[in-house]
Amino acid sequence: MKYDLSKLPSIKSNKLNLFAIIFIILVIFISIFSGFVVQYPPDEQLFEGLTMQGAPLAPNKDFILGTDLLGRDLFSRIVYGSRTSLLIGLIANSISVIFGTILGLLAAYFGRITETIIMRFTDLMMAFPALLLAIALAAILKPSLWIVALVIALVNWVQVCRVVYTQTKSLKEREFITAVKGYGAGNLRIIFIHILPHIYPTMIVWGTLGISTTVLLEATLSFLGIGVQPPTPSWGGIIFESQSYFLDAPWLVFFPGIMIILLALSFNILGDTLRDYFDPTQRGRS
Amino acid sequence: MINFLLKRVAYAFLILIGITFITFILTYIIPADPVRMLAGRSATPETVESIRQQLGLDRPLIIQYLNYLYNLLQGDLGRSYVQKTQVTELIMSRLPATLLLMVGAIFFELLIGLTVGIIASVKRGTNLDKILTTISFVGISAPQFVVGLILLYLFAYKLDFLPLGGYGTISHLILPALTLGITGGGWYGRMTRSSMIDVLRQDYIRTAKAKGASNSRIVLIHALRNAILPIIAMIGLDIGIFMSGAVVVESVFGWPGIGQLAWQAIQRLDIPIIVGVTIVAATFIILGNLIADIASAISDPKIRIH
Repeated sequence: MKYDLSKLPSIKSNKLNLFAIIFIILVIFISIFSGFVVQYPPDEQLFEGLTMQGAPLAPNKDFILGTDLLGRDLFSRIVYGSRTSLLIGLIANSISVIFGTILGLLAAYFGRITETIIMRFTDLMMAFPALLLAIALAAILKPSLWIVALVIALVNWVQVCRVVYTQTKSLKEREFITAVKGYGAGNLRIIFIHILPHIYPTMIVWGTLGISTTVLLEATLSFLGIGVQPPTPSWGGIIFESQSYFLDAPWLVFFPGIMIILLALSFNILGDTLRDYFDPTQRGRS
Repeated sequence: MINFLLKRVAYAFLILIGITFITFILTYIIPADPVRMLAGRSATPETVESIRQQLGLDRPLIIQYLNYLYNLLQGDLGRSYVQKTQVTELIMSRLPATLLLMVGAIFFELLIGLTVGIIASVKRGTNLDKILTTISFVGISAPQFVVGLILLYLFAYKLDFLPLGGYGTISHLILPALTLGITGGGWYGRMTRSSMIDVLRQDYIRTAKAKGASNSRIVLIHALRNAILPIIAMIGLDIGIFMSGAVVVESVFGWPGIGQLAWQAIQRLDIPIIVGVTIVAATFIILGNLIADIASAISDPKIRIH
């Protein structure tokens, strides 16, 4: 399937897309070059980072975003926290897109018992209160970065699986599949060489949109105290640590909160644009 | 239609049985041992063994499950390990708060979503549409705890006209419900906008216009009536998202519902409560899906056949 790249909405004409791309690049940049961006180490409890009474400092000229309850520089923690968000977002979402795609392909292509088992299992997963499941697993399994990513992937693959399933179901009835079958192509060859390329657009769209879901879920788990463990900084974790003091130090909630919203928003905007591009019938509707 | 309904209800019941099974298995393959937590570190092996027998944890897994299922059908969810009370009682005492929060949340979601969606669809393509669509996007992208904390800071602390948390009066309900309304309203806004745009393109809308119906009559009576079923279906599907959101929002606002109950139980590994809340929440989700199915079947008869 060929797509006319010139039909991609031009970045200049759409300010939202431009914003989303710039913000994502910015976050990738600060997460790679964290050490060059910040002035203080993220874990260092600075003597000058607290008032005489031991309270955190509001944003000022030494600490542009202020300091946290332990006198650490909030700007450094937010910069380093971007690694947690991005890394978990990418890992968790890649796992759920790959896992969901494979299961969706298998269920639709082989039908019968394979289809029944996989699709009825997705029905079950859909009826599970996702966050409760994630919280229970994360609380029990002693969260590390990988465990958190796996838990998130575990609750997120279902939607990808269902979309891929529906598409494969109609693809496999098309003439070109009958034709390659007639030539004697094996099942695996048909699935991975002939059907899968038609699923790429879906994988790209979900690969983008899904990151925003995973970023939000990671932040929520961290906020509940069961994300990656301190002292590793994460945006949700910063808010969790400062929750008891936030009425007096609102910047500790406000700045990491804005970062979570902007990152999730950017991937949502980009994913939405890609979906419109790949599926013209949806164009202008959403 | 009756046939369709019966099939859906029977299937919903099967799914519920499946949920109880998976939840049950999950809680028993976990590495943490609830008996150890109950008995404490200094307990002798004999004490641990007697607690294990008392809880029925020494019997084969499948017997434990069937036993659990049998009790469940009689409305008995077992006894909390930590609080020693009946889980059913605990959940029942917390459920009204969560349901109240749900009603409040749906109210704000619809208020925000319908307003944004209707205005955006009518003013399609204008700057107002772009602004409203962007606002919906921000709502979707905002985590509930951030919205909740910001609302708390602004309305309860700075402006000081709503309570900082707790439960009791209608003023306690506003902020938690609004938090869920803002984050969920974005979905409703987008959904309403796209289904309104679909409807506004139809011939009968042109006919109504030609007959001289006023703009507000066309939008609110002719168009909205036909765009409303997808929205009802969405409320049904939304219950799953709500059940997850309740855990976060109830913890931010100290709202004494089943979300908070579950969260406390998870920290103490109080498995009967975790299982109980999961099953109750799943029941609501399944009921919601059923409502969504029925709403879709009414709006699109083709669905009834499949």
